[in-house]
Amino acid sequence: MSTTTATERVAAPAAETASSRILRGLNRLPIHIALGLIALVWLLPTVGLLVTSFRPRTEIQSSGWWTTFGSLQLTLENYQQVLNAQGMGQAFINSLIIAVPSTLLPLLVCSLAAYAFSWLRFPFRDTIFLIIIALMMVPVQVAFLPVLQLFKTLSDGVSSVTGQPFVITQGYAGIWLAHTAFALPFGIFLLRNFFITLPKDLIEAARIDGSSTFGVFRTIVIPLSVPAIAAYGIFQFLWVWNDLLMALIFVGKNSNYPMTIQVTTLLGTYGTEWHLLAASAFILMVVPLAVFFSLQRYFVQGLLAGSVK
Amino acid sequence: MATVPQPIPTTATTTSPSPRRGLPSGVTALLFLLPALILLLVFLVYPVISTLRMSVDRGLGGNFSRFVGLDNYINVLQTPSFQTAIINNILWLIFYTSIVIFFGLVIAVVAMRVRYESIIKAVVFLPMAIAATALGVIWTFVYQLDPNIGLLNALLGVVGLGPVSWLGDPAWVNAALIAVGIWGSAGFATVILSAALKGISPEILEAARTDGANEFQIFWRIILPMVSLPISVLAVTLVVNVVKLFDIPYVMTQGGPGDASRVIALEFYKQDFSAGQFGKAAAVAVIMLVILIPVMIFNVRRFRSGSVV
Repeated sequence: MSTTTATERVAAPAAETASSRILRGLNRLPIHIALGLIALVWLLPTVGLLVTSFRPRTEIQSSGWWTTFGSLQLTLENYQQVLNAQGMGQAFINSLIIAVPSTLLPLLVCSLAAYAFSWLRFPFRDTIFLIIIALMMVPVQVAFLPVLQLFKTLSDGVSSVTGQPFVITQGYAGIWLAHTAFALPFGIFLLRNFFITLPKDLIEAARIDGSSTFGVFRTIVIPLSVPAIAAYGIFQFLWVWNDLLMALIFVGKNSNYPMTIQVTTLLGTYGTEWHLLAASAFILMVVPLAVFFSLQRYFVQGLLAGSVK
Repeated sequence: MATVPQPIPTTATTTSPSPRRGLPSGVTALLFLLPALILLLVFLVYPVISTLRMSVDRGLGGNFSRFVGLDNYINVLQTPSFQTAIINNILWLIFYTSIVIFFGLVIAVVAMRVRYESIIKAVVFLPMAIAATALGVIWTFVYQLDPNIGLLNALLGVVGLGPVSWLGDPAWVNAALIAVGIWGSAGFATVILSAALKGISPEILEAARTDGANEFQIFWRIILPMVSLPISVLAVTLVVNVVKLFDIPYVMTQGGPGDASRVIALEFYKQDFSAGQFGKAAAVAVIMLVILIPVMIFNVRRFRSGSVV
């Protein structure tokens, strides 16, 4: 792991005296102090908000959260209030309703396409793949106006056919489709790069045994790619859960707003009500934190796979 | 912070499997590709063309019937808030990108020497999992003017400095927001660079030490050159983040005070899109796309050459 410790172990005499060990420890003291400071800077802001989310409103207004440890007076009332009165409970559910299909749909569509790009042959395969790589860089803003126009045309069409007023962005279909489509270039790219590393012999053997193309996909490619698919799924889920911009554009109904919009609105309207803000920010963070702590390995793998190894 | 890992080919081989007997027909491949292709065409390819067309139209309130040539572009470039946005994006580009890489490298190198390396990396990486919206709330709290609420002003108070309105003072607001961005992305850089550092063979470092190189020489002459490729890929990812930057300024300042912390994506949303100035909005989107075209070419080139570490 650490090359330094390895060398030191070799260099150190077999019977290291206590004093030399202390000296070496002192030598490394600046490193520990620097890392301690880094940990503090990266933890304190979040811990501060977490502590604040459990403090009564009056306390928050009168003294800093760092004084809490003197007189511990904590409450769950802030959470109750934001979940019920501020509508964060509904927003939490909305976030889930948006994020789950917006994760599963791209997983399915990307896996199918990535399989074609890695193991099937068709005309212009490499050209199309290069275009997909290029599309990864298209900013979503470029798509907003034309897609909203399309949605409007589609909604008007449905309304005139059914005779019922219908607006696609008043439901969730619009945001599901938008998230799915914009996830494709990256997802196809990522999964294709994994699929292509699968053992060729295995896939050919299955074909010789008479498996259909879809059979190979379902019984060989997918089961062998679970780690990569999981990593991408986690990444996509957190991406959608944490998204603000797309929701602002494609969720047209207030009661469907996800948490990111509601928390931002709360910050804008009750910018000083920190008991509400702190609690709602933590409700927003609880899902990513849970995912992060339970699936950290996959999550980091996913990020690494997307860039350099 | 919402950092999309910028997808760069991994070690996976980029050559395709060789042609074989009994290949599935192009029709089968098309079936696998169809969902992805339809979504990509409708949500990305068509919108790029359509937005180009819209950007040369007055486009007020969604009425695209008046060709105005390059008026929108001239108009946008002459808008003071857009000029501020461009300057701010450049500030982000310079400071966010360089400091994130610097922190990532320093933390990765220093943490490698201790046994609790993984804990440090997890702590610094944590903000990556959280929504930029939550980062915004966390840091708006840290930046509060009242030293009884805001940690930063409380700390300043300890050393006898007056409270600073970090988010309300045009002189400070960009630095304050960029700091949040750095805090949010440093862990990403740390994880990427740490993985790259682990790839350096311990023998090389040991040989250098045996030859009498000190730690600084080792860093500058060996480690840095060997991670220059991951650093360049990371830099590209961070540059893309900057061009697409929206959440942090939107959540924390709405681009204020005045227009002091505007960025391009915010300009698109607030100044043009929300105001029904769709022609101008399309022009801003096209400008964003044009800024990202070099990155697009960079990615495609890297992929085609297959010269990826």
